[in-house]
Amino acid sequence: MVLVRQSTIIAAPIERVWHVLRDFNGHDRWHPAVSTSTIEDGVPADAIGAVRRFRLAAGGVLREQLLSLSDAEYQLSYCLLEAPVPLMGYVAGMRLKPVTDSNATFWEWWSEFEPPPGWHDELVRLVRDEIQRAGFAAIRAYLGKAAGGVAAAETRSAPSAGVSAATERGPMVEQLPHRQASALGGELRTKAIVVERYGGPEVLRLRELALPPPARGEVRVRHTAIGINFIDIYCRTGYFSLLRPPGVPGMEAAGVIETVGEGVADLRPGDRVAYACPPVGAYSERRNMAADLLIRLPDDIPDELAAAVMLKGITASFLLHDVHALRPGERALIHAAAGGVGQFLVQWARHLGATVFATVSNAEKAQLVARLGADHVILYTQEDFAESISRLTAGQGVDVVYDAVGADTFAGSIAALAPRGHLVSFGQASGPIGPQDVGALAAKSVTLSRPNYGHYTDTPARLAPHVARLFAALREGILTPAAPRRYPLADAEAAHRDLESRRTSGALILIP
Amino acid sequence: MSASATGDRRRIENLMTKVYVSAVIPAPAGEVWRVVRNFNALPDWTPFVVESRIEHNAPPDQIGCIRNFRLRDGGVIRERLLALSDYDLSCTYTILESPMGVRNYIAKLSLSPVTDGDMTFAEWEAEFECPPEREAALVRQIGVGVFQAAFDALKQRFGR
Repeated sequence: MVLVRQSTIIAAPIERVWHVLRDFNGHDRWHPAVSTSTIEDGVPADAIGAVRRFRLAAGGVLREQLLSLSDAEYQLSYCLLEAPVPLMGYVAGMRLKPVTDSNATFWEWWSEFEPPPGWHDELVRLVRDEIQRAGFAAIRAYLGKAAGGVAAAETRSAPSAGVSAATERGPMVEQLPHRQASALGGELRTKAIVVERYGGPEVLRLRELALPPPARGEVRVRHTAIGINFIDIYCRTGYFSLLRPPGVPGMEAAGVIETVGEGVADLRPGDRVAYACPPVGAYSERRNMAADLLIRLPDDIPDELAAAVMLKGITASFLLHDVHALRPGERALIHAAAGGVGQFLVQWARHLGATVFATVSNAEKAQLVARLGADHVILYTQEDFAESISRLTAGQGVDVVYDAVGADTFAGSIAALAPRGHLVSFGQASGPIGPQDVGALAAKSVTLSRPNYGHYTDTPARLAPHVARLFAALREGILTPAAPRRYPLADAEAAHRDLESRRTSGALILIP
Repeated sequence: MSASATGDRRRIENLMTKVYVSAVIPAPAGEVWRVVRNFNALPDWTPFVVESRIEHNAPPDQIGCIRNFRLRDGGVIRERLLALSDYDLSCTYTILESPMGVRNYIAKLSLSPVTDGDMTFAEWEAEFECPPEREAALVRQIGVGVFQAAFDALKQRFGR
């Protein structure tokens, strides 16, 4: 047996060093020899027996199993299961000790193995220089950089962008593809879909980006499922300025916290979280995100469901409870009722006791919406929906219209309203509505709302009740979303094509 | 072990006071060890011991030997060597008599090589029992006045 043991002093408190090293799946963030790493079978990275499967930057796949981990002793050990080099019987471990008189950390890393004849010198050099010593240098650089701060967080403005017309300048894109990787040492790299210029689905390209350690108040999230929304298309085409090329689109995802930045008290590595808000950047394996934008996922809400329903469900919640608080007995007209938000609006409005009138484009969607509980389904391609509403309500009209279609429906929606009715215009799938005559609204005392997602969800206090309502509605079967359609992250282009062609009903998600 | 025995042990451990001090000495561990392994050599490398002898003229690396030394302030301490390892570079001892008023005092001084830069990581820890009202003062006296002061002297001695 050969024992290779190296040790060093790291100029950082033991808790900081241990926080990085104890993550058995985190070595791809800091060790230069490791390019990507995953834990097999979805077990937590700190479960004894967990197997990490990782790819070397130089090529080659290894599997290692966690044998012991002690937060009390600051030590862990592991063994090699598979490797492209003959490190037979390889067992390794590391332990940390505090240097009390300088607030530094003593770090010892040992490896024991049986080299085959003729391999001794090469394997000892490999373990000593390329694993242990290279790891020391990388951690030193990694922690030094984190301590020095990362500018990305400061460039971000408060989230205030909308499902609806967001004309203000959006937040800066936080993951720039043009950073110099060579100078970044052990910094993490992540695959991401990048919009390099505004355009059609073809501008979505898979790239590998550098990802700095999370700044103060931020956490790093490893995505497990990413939601695809119409707003992503508006970002891609430049209709919204939420994304400025080059940038990573996406505002909805679920995942697991890998590491937390300074000043984050209530989230820990391993926590399951989701979000549905700017800044953009969700189309990626990993990203940094302000901790106070994240929602902790309950055990009974699966990641893929969360990624598929958060944005649409929260939207439906504030439309039905805040923008127009729907009361039992009211009549509601819901356009594009077979769409993602539309389906939720139909089910939820029925549950709230409203009479639901739903418009759809074809018979197949009409069946779907009828199954969801709509009282009256109108094929707007075959009939004038305003006339149909007049007929179905004996000329009285509806109390509220939820309209995300925009240009094609605006006039008809006002025509369908009862006096003192409320038009909630929250999208423009058919195109921008353009200038309108406000004076004409007086003919019916119409209330017009143009809600912006950000303004209803931009603080934890505003967001929390909608999230709680959404999760409750899912649990109670008030909302019954179909299983989302899955695409690999690399196929974001195809997913956008399918969404834009209206071939899909129900949610689409990307799987990193 | 029965539940009650575990509970007894936990109660006892709760009463134990612990002191831990560590430092980096800018010299190879072998060199530092040559200085500190001699159980009779406190006057040579610490600033607070003026004279020392091993009782019964025993060799200073005989397990069980007792060192009898006088502090700069006049206090006399007797300590018994419990363990000494040239492999682990560690030395464990207990206080038999001292003016400090501690009971069941066991301390361990150990060195670890820091291969990166060929230096030494030195640790000194002690466990003991004492009246609660004296605990803070004793922790400071032992941790700062003894262990850290001795490490500072080593750092100065091997200063590069």
